[in-house]
Amino acid sequence: MAGVRYFVHFVHSVLLLSTLTGCLRHGTDVERGNREQVLHRGIGDEIGDLDPHVATNISELDIISALFEGLVTEDPVDLHPVPAVAERWEVSADQLTYTFYLRAGARWSNGDPVTAGDFTASWRRILTPSLGSGNAGLLYVLQGAEAYTKGLARDFAQVGAKALDARTLQVTLDHPVPYFLSLLTHPAWLPVHLPSIAASGPVYERGNPWARPGRLVGNGAFILRAWEPNQRIVVEKSPTYWDAAHVRLNAIHFHPIDSLDAEERAFRAGQLHLTYALPFGKVESYRRDSPQLLRMDPYLNTYFLRFNVARPFLNEPRVRRALALAVDRPAIAEKILRGGQLPAYAFTPPGMAGYVPEARLPTDFNEARRVLADAGYPGGRGLPAFELLFNNSENHRLVAEAVQEMWRRELGVQVRLVNQEFKAVLAERRAGHYQILFSDWVGDYPDPSTFLDIWRSDSGNNHTGWASPAYDSLLRSASLTTDAAARNLLFQKAEALLLEAAPLVPLYYNSHIFLLQPSVKGWHPTLLDHHPYKHVWLEE
Amino acid sequence: MLRFIARRLLETIPVLFIILTATFFMIRFVPGGPFTAEKAVTPEVMRNLERAYDLDKPLWQQYTRYLRNVVLHGDLGPSFKYPNRTVNEIIADKLPVSLELGAEALLIALVAGLTLGVLAAVKSNTWIDYICSSTAMIGICLPTFVLGPLLVLLFAIRLGWANASGWYGPVDRVLPCLTLGCVYAAYIARLTRGGMLEVLHQDYIRTARAKGAGQLRVIFKHALRGGLLPVVSFLGPAIAGILTGSFVIETIFQIPGLGREFVNSAFNRDYTLVLGTVILYAALIIALNLVVDVVQVWLNPKLKFE
Repeated sequence: MAGVRYFVHFVHSVLLLSTLTGCLRHGTDVERGNREQVLHRGIGDEIGDLDPHVATNISELDIISALFEGLVTEDPVDLHPVPAVAERWEVSADQLTYTFYLRAGARWSNGDPVTAGDFTASWRRILTPSLGSGNAGLLYVLQGAEAYTKGLARDFAQVGAKALDARTLQVTLDHPVPYFLSLLTHPAWLPVHLPSIAASGPVYERGNPWARPGRLVGNGAFILRAWEPNQRIVVEKSPTYWDAAHVRLNAIHFHPIDSLDAEERAFRAGQLHLTYALPFGKVESYRRDSPQLLRMDPYLNTYFLRFNVARPFLNEPRVRRALALAVDRPAIAEKILRGGQLPAYAFTPPGMAGYVPEARLPTDFNEARRVLADAGYPGGRGLPAFELLFNNSENHRLVAEAVQEMWRRELGVQVRLVNQEFKAVLAERRAGHYQILFSDWVGDYPDPSTFLDIWRSDSGNNHTGWASPAYDSLLRSASLTTDAAARNLLFQKAEALLLEAAPLVPLYYNSHIFLLQPSVKGWHPTLLDHHPYKHVWLEE
Repeated sequence: MLRFIARRLLETIPVLFIILTATFFMIRFVPGGPFTAEKAVTPEVMRNLERAYDLDKPLWQQYTRYLRNVVLHGDLGPSFKYPNRTVNEIIADKLPVSLELGAEALLIALVAGLTLGVLAAVKSNTWIDYICSSTAMIGICLPTFVLGPLLVLLFAIRLGWANASGWYGPVDRVLPCLTLGCVYAAYIARLTRGGMLEVLHQDYIRTARAKGAGQLRVIFKHALRGGLLPVVSFLGPAIAGILTGSFVIETIFQIPGLGREFVNSAFNRDYTLVLGTVILYAALIIALNLVVDVVQVWLNPKLKFE
């Protein structure tokens, strides 16, 4: 019977294909979308979960930003924090206490009002150990939050989040955090609707299937309508959203397409308004033939090489410095990658809320040779061949090969390239089983601390073995400083110290390269690639 | 025959057990884990995560617990990559898609492959044979990752008849099934031609012709049954491969089938999903091989159920 059904199905398909022609398809999805204000966008890999407290992947968080809204949200042009559920707030003189006043019109998609209690209950949920939230650490700026997640404190009343009444929320921080409002825009801080979660299963455990169509209650500009795994996630404009009058899109279709080539073909076939990314090899042809579709936006993302300073020879700062000086960064950015990347002479990328690194690691081959000779290895003599480990992403090999050649040519240093699969590289990194590692870092918020913190000796993201008490102390002072200029000065000193010791070689500041139909309006180039959907619309 | 099938099914149990055990331990020894990510989480968060999935227990305890759940409850566990879905749910969602893709591709492969193969054999060493054989050769040489994008370029991007990717309506079935079907059609055509040529020179065919049987009767009544034997042996593993989904086709056309999960679960270190798909595929391959053995005995009187 199944065979007969398949046969009928197949004949049906063939007949349809032979009778349907272009004129019977009423335009492409993009053309229909333009007329009906339905945005189609590619989001890369299939998403795992839409629970804001469980999701960690960038695409998941992007969809979640359409379904939920926090106390503050981001400005569509420069991402500075603007009022959302909180219509206004007050900050105490010591910058430790924030009082948020919630707007009366904020509603959940089931009609319930969004209250201050929803926020405290949600933060309690993400900090609860049994949920195992990967983003719980982002809330550690709250007084007592870290102890609560570590299980050292059982009483949530000790955590600095109090609902003074239904519309007033008081937040007490552990230490002054100048970028606290920006931090609040991260999905980890979003409120969730606990009664509807409890209706689907245990609130404080993983595996609760509440974040699905028909069950998910959100408070954002859109509501979840459909989730067809590996096909599309459909969200539609929410009638209960407080600012629904200003939301112009009627729906967004998120298409998880894990192959960048398949995504680019779907874009050309008129299925997508914008792609998640563009295959490296296609940038040149779009630049030449269809520059109006190509976007290369700056992005808070530094590519660099890590040195394992516990290894012989690499534990010598002069060797590291010589290697760092002998990388021709403009050649990598402008001749090899050619996709809007910028040469990186420091670790912190540009655009960091007024912070500009003072120190630089320049490209200077003569100085590099001199420093290497000083260290006792003139012309690279006496140095073994180093291993440079990288994962098999498409352009990593190109850059690794370029660096290998630069070091060979300029310093006489031999490098062996070692290529492994993504998670295997991460495991090697964690175990310290590498000499030189191709790496990158994406900032979470536009503040230098999101970059410089990873080099602290107690950071779980350092991985080089480099530890400097002076560096740690400068960053600690910066975290306690409320004056912006004084704080930036401390960061500059710290970064100068970091570049002098060179446990890393900055290579380039990456850009976000993707395709965008000209009909999409309000899609501003933002450093974090965030685009609040309530400000996006389509024009035919 | 029933005894033969019963014995083979009994043999399946230890085979599946060994596959499950080997996979369980092998995937655990692969570097990296389900929560290995670019950005490190704090040690206590990692501990909480591991506790939530029982990864903090000794490996043998995790193994016995998993085995018990699979054998007693048919429960393949929660997925790591998709925290709010179970492996059972993912398989139930995606296996039918792979089965549909496979069945339709197989139909194309059989119809096209057998026609080309029989034509080539009957008209051997004529221009018809050359055309059929060359077409089959091209089909074998042209990998799916070349043919698929070429078809997309023509039918989706140039002509706008179908979507470039997705699995929404009946039209979306055509290009992927055609791509997957073509490759198998090519193999089937080659095997059919070879098998038929061998049979057409046998004595019993000459006898049939001598008795006055017409060309069509000779081909379909006498020759085809023997000529298909190589195709049937090929079809066992081929059907298993085709039905369980093709990673390449599913990736090119973004089809929500199980083939992609089978491969991606290993990259994601989604331990439970790896195990679930491996067990399922192993069971399917064993079952299809059994079917092929039974069909071969039925087609070839020289074979017996021993």
